[in-house]
Amino acid sequence: MEKGGIRLDPVTIDTTKIKTIKRRPVTAIDKLEDTGMISTILAAREREGLILFSTIDQVFNWARLSSLWPVTSGLACCAIEMMATAMAHHDIARFGMEIFRASPRQADLMFVAGTVTKRMAPRVKKLYEMMAEPKWVIAVGACASTGGPYHESYSVLKGVDNIIPVDVYVPGCPPRPEAFLYAVIQLREKIKNEGYGAKWGLNK
Amino acid sequence: METDELILNMGPVHPSTHGVLRFRLRMDGEIIKNCEIVMGYLHRGTEKLGEMKTYLQFIPYTDRLDYISAMPNNYAYVKAVEELAGIEVPQRAEYIRVMIMELNRIVNHIVSIGSLLMDLGAATMIMWGFRERETALQLFEQLCGARMTFNYIKPGGVREDLPEGFIPKLREWMKDMEKRLVDYEQLINDNEIFHMRMKDIGTISAQEAINYGLTGPSLRGSGVDYDMRKIEPYSIYPDIDFKACTRPEGDSYARYIVRIDEIKESLQILRQVIDSMPEGKIVSNAKYGIAPMTGSPSSVMTYFPRIFTPHAGEVYSRIEAPKGELGFYIVSDGTTKPYRVKIRSPSFCNLTAIPKMVQGLRIPDLIAAFGTIDVVLGDVDR
Repeated sequence: MEKGGIRLDPVTIDTTKIKTIKRRPVTAIDKLEDTGMISTILAAREREGLILFSTIDQVFNWARLSSLWPVTSGLACCAIEMMATAMAHHDIARFGMEIFRASPRQADLMFVAGTVTKRMAPRVKKLYEMMAEPKWVIAVGACASTGGPYHESYSVLKGVDNIIPVDVYVPGCPPRPEAFLYAVIQLREKIKNEGYGAKWGLNK
Repeated sequence: METDELILNMGPVHPSTHGVLRFRLRMDGEIIKNCEIVMGYLHRGTEKLGEMKTYLQFIPYTDRLDYISAMPNNYAYVKAVEELAGIEVPQRAEYIRVMIMELNRIVNHIVSIGSLLMDLGAATMIMWGFRERETALQLFEQLCGARMTFNYIKPGGVREDLPEGFIPKLREWMKDMEKRLVDYEQLINDNEIFHMRMKDIGTISAQEAINYGLTGPSLRGSGVDYDMRKIEPYSIYPDIDFKACTRPEGDSYARYIVRIDEIKESLQILRQVIDSMPEGKIVSNAKYGIAPMTGSPSSVMTYFPRIFTPHAGEVYSRIEAPKGELGFYIVSDGTTKPYRVKIRSPSFCNLTAIPKMVQGLRIPDLIAAFGTIDVVLGDVDR
């Protein structure tokens, strides 16, 4: 790439050169600055080629957590509270999540809302596998977390984490819509700290 | 031109807004030649759990059968247990039960209509419906601490007395609901697209409906005047002035109109119940000779034994749940747990009529007809 541009092939990372601006994020641009993105890009231009995975991660994570699209995988009672969360009163659109996708190909978050029976378990697993990476799972309610009140039943899976990885567990039978929203906020916190940079402690 | 038959699977992940169910359709082009229902994706073994739990422990499981209208489920089971054990219920408790069941019926119907309209592609009604539901759920929450799964009705009465200021709030909600109902009807009833999607779709004649065992609004939409509250009056329904709403056409539109009419009738019942709500105890203690709880804030508050043993015997008790006739068949062998619990759930029986309704129609019509019989898969698979 010509002089002054950003070289895209990775080179040695000099972490001591990273400058971060400590400021309370207000707008989207401010958030970018907060992650140190702009200042590091400027620094990279000057020094010709400092590519930092951490900042890319932060931008990606910020984009990912800002519009999580859930797949409609309501299974039982919790699905009604999931619908209530999506409706006007609790309004999950505040988190950029109002678009519940019918197709798992277009979604990156799965609410496992309700009892996972042994008959439904292969379908839930398939649904998860059909989703494109990166993807996250929230186990909603006692049934999806552990089997809940149906733990003794012969036909119920004792927690959806037996078949797919779960990021956030929400207790309750069924959880209130506020609990759904709290789970979403927790997941956003988790996504914020994901990626290659997180391994080296660069995202903080 | 020769055409091949196509086997099309709908589901099991949410074919519409009603839960996990699979339709296996044999298609001739766009026309449904045969529809086979594959269910059991939410089979949780509730009936077997009934044999493992004591009579009171099973009540929370009845909440999770038909989770949109949990209170009638509670009541149907408790009514069967009361008949089995010969427990009398104070008048005030009966009034509270009927009041709260009718409130739940309205909630069920507005959710049902909302999800029907969403299946047809209109998102406004479900937003409106869930707005009224949210305020109604606040009332439930005030009453028993839960939004959906109440565990409120107990053998011998109800768990808590009405909280302070409940009745005025309910009156306010009803006044609001009457206004909203006008909005609903203005939005939907004369909508031309809605008429085209619903009229003469999913038609089932009165005789066929009876043969298939349809109950509730789905049967009354075919012109059969069959309402458990009228035919086998239970609780305080004999004292209440209301009518069973019917429509003669038997199509999807008729079933929708029956639901709208039932909301009006339920408001009527609620008004009468509130006006004549008696004072007194909320839990019976005569039969078991239990003294009022010491140190309780109210002298009328009593408790009911957690474990009791009805005589050996069997009972079948049925009520008119919002979705149809809900029956519990309990066999007791004289121990603390039932020997057998069988649930006759309205959704299961109503669902079996779908293949008959949709034969020769197109796939979007299947969704419309499926929406109007209002099933909940927790109730179907149990």
